[in-house]
Amino acid sequence: MTERGIPMEAEVIARVDESPTIFTLSLKLVDGDQHDAYRFMPGQFNMLYLYGVGEIPISIVGDPDQPDLLQHTFRTVGRVTRGFARLQPGDRIGLRGPFGRGWPLEAARNRDVLIVTGGLGCAPVVPVINHVLHQRQQHGRVAILQGVKHSDDFIWRGRYEQWDAEPDTQVLLAADVAGPDWRGYRGRVTGLFEKLELDFVNGITMMCGPEPMMTAAGQQLLERGAGPDRIWFSLERNMQCAVGQCGHCLYGEKFVCRDGPVFPYSAIQHLFGVRGI
Amino acid sequence: MERPGFLPRQRLDDLLALLRSSGYRVIGPQLTGGAVVYRDIDAASDLPAGVTVESGPGSMRVIQQDSPRQFAWANGPQALKPLLFKPTETLWQVQRDAQGQLNFAHCDETPQAVAVIGMRACDLAALRIHDQHFLEGEYRDPHYARRRERLLLVAVNCTEPATTCFCASTGDGPGASDGYDLLLDELEDGFLVTPGSPEGRKLSAALALEPAPEARCEVARAAVERAAAVQTRTLPPGDLFDTLFAHRDHPRWSEVANRCLACGNCTQVCPTCFCSRERDETPLDGGSSVHQREWDSCFTEGHSYIHGLLVRAETRQRYRQWLTHKLGSWHRQFGRSGCVGCGRCILWCPVGIDITEEVHVLMQEPVHD
Repeated sequence: MTERGIPMEAEVIARVDESPTIFTLSLKLVDGDQHDAYRFMPGQFNMLYLYGVGEIPISIVGDPDQPDLLQHTFRTVGRVTRGFARLQPGDRIGLRGPFGRGWPLEAARNRDVLIVTGGLGCAPVVPVINHVLHQRQQHGRVAILQGVKHSDDFIWRGRYEQWDAEPDTQVLLAADVAGPDWRGYRGRVTGLFEKLELDFVNGITMMCGPEPMMTAAGQQLLERGAGPDRIWFSLERNMQCAVGQCGHCLYGEKFVCRDGPVFPYSAIQHLFGVRGI
Repeated sequence: MERPGFLPRQRLDDLLALLRSSGYRVIGPQLTGGAVVYRDIDAASDLPAGVTVESGPGSMRVIQQDSPRQFAWANGPQALKPLLFKPTETLWQVQRDAQGQLNFAHCDETPQAVAVIGMRACDLAALRIHDQHFLEGEYRDPHYARRRERLLLVAVNCTEPATTCFCASTGDGPGASDGYDLLLDELEDGFLVTPGSPEGRKLSAALALEPAPEARCEVARAAVERAAAVQTRTLPPGDLFDTLFAHRDHPRWSEVANRCLACGNCTQVCPTCFCSRERDETPLDGGSSVHQREWDSCFTEGHSYIHGLLVRAETRQRYRQWLTHKLGSWHRQFGRSGCVGCGRCILWCPVGIDITEEVHVLMQEPVHD
């Protein structure tokens, strides 16, 4: 058993503005021992603390095989993220973590991997994409499907191009509403399933994004023969403690912070898609 | 169970003095502001002698009777919960220096040992759940743990349940079976004292009590049995998860939401509700900040907030969240229901919503208009 701890001091070492409201901070734990000891699994999250303002859960992007790259991507929506948006390299914040259970890396070994994301939902799967592509020979074919509401919301174009260039890797993009320059698919991300060149029935699907999108996509994959143990979701709920005690992230009998945020469909299908859970 | 000793009523002060001389701050029930509340007590005369409580959905009245009995009431709005899981407390502090460097520090006060006298079987059952929640999970809450380690419990078997009580139905009362250091049975002229822990045995021995005659023990047993028999409210037994979630669109959720004020009173008086939120309090010096935890409620708007959205925007969804968690999901998290039958949520609901009535309707097949 672990005692609930206090934040560690972290320094912002780089900042990238991805869009007018989305930015990524690279962090480094100030204490050398803490820095060396820190490890995370793709899909886990940290509680990030802004001095005098508060703490929020943010999923870890970056690459677990390069622990020096401790990156978090934020969207400016609320009181705390607006504060984080003002940070620059050299600024100090607090960090507790990592927390939660990540993506099923073992189950994905030697299998095809389908990744489906919507909106900024991409962030929690970035580390697993990096991990899978780093260990390319240990996996089958890989497909990355990204849907956005409007083509202007699409970020990380370079990153997707890089992934698309990898062998046996398919990158498909969809926008519900597309501007004139959009070269991807127009419509829902689920419309891309037709174009998949991999075996998601025997493979592993990892999904994150808005719940209506995940519900629809999960349902379609089930109908197309994928088993409920092969489809995994990353859920999002309010979190204040991250240690399964504050009650905000309750999802039926699950504490999302402790039992998730990544769940197989089979663990949550009795509740999935129900509004207000 | 060990053979109890008999403590004459006029010697109750001996017990309180013994607790104090053993290093405990003594907290017990007092009549304050028209309700029985737990406060520091100096002497047995601080206890609510002759007080009984008449309650119903959304109502409570204290009645003063000409009786020496000091524990002839069922329960007050709170018992142990605020003593261990504080309504507000500092979790950690951070100092910021002129260069912007942050120095985080634990908030490690060592609390004084506390002896609480008067809590009921329902309160002990709720304490057991909070022990599981705060101490026995993957993470342990050090703040709760420090206070829990220094807590001595003098429970009193309940003989005067309120009409809102249903601990017999949940199996948590009215008699306490374990989890106490000392257990009292109140008789007209004194108390049966039964130790339940090594510390309790030490205290009991120090009081040098005469063994209680069997006839007195029989009177005490009969009083507890009567207290179970007079209860009229019930909860359906067992894990209600499957039925409540199968009935997630039951029209009763909307119907109860029309009455519910979403005030959160039920969650504040519930001895098992554990939700909390965290926030920073920043002194004007600009060089430090204090990170605090305070009780929250799943009936508040902010409870389900995520990035500009509310997962549970409607009262119907919040009431459903509360009830399905308490009587359904709880079984899968703690191996038992989250309700100990204390009836506080019924009594302190400003519009008198009765959990036992709601759940009986919600367990029935919905009748759609």
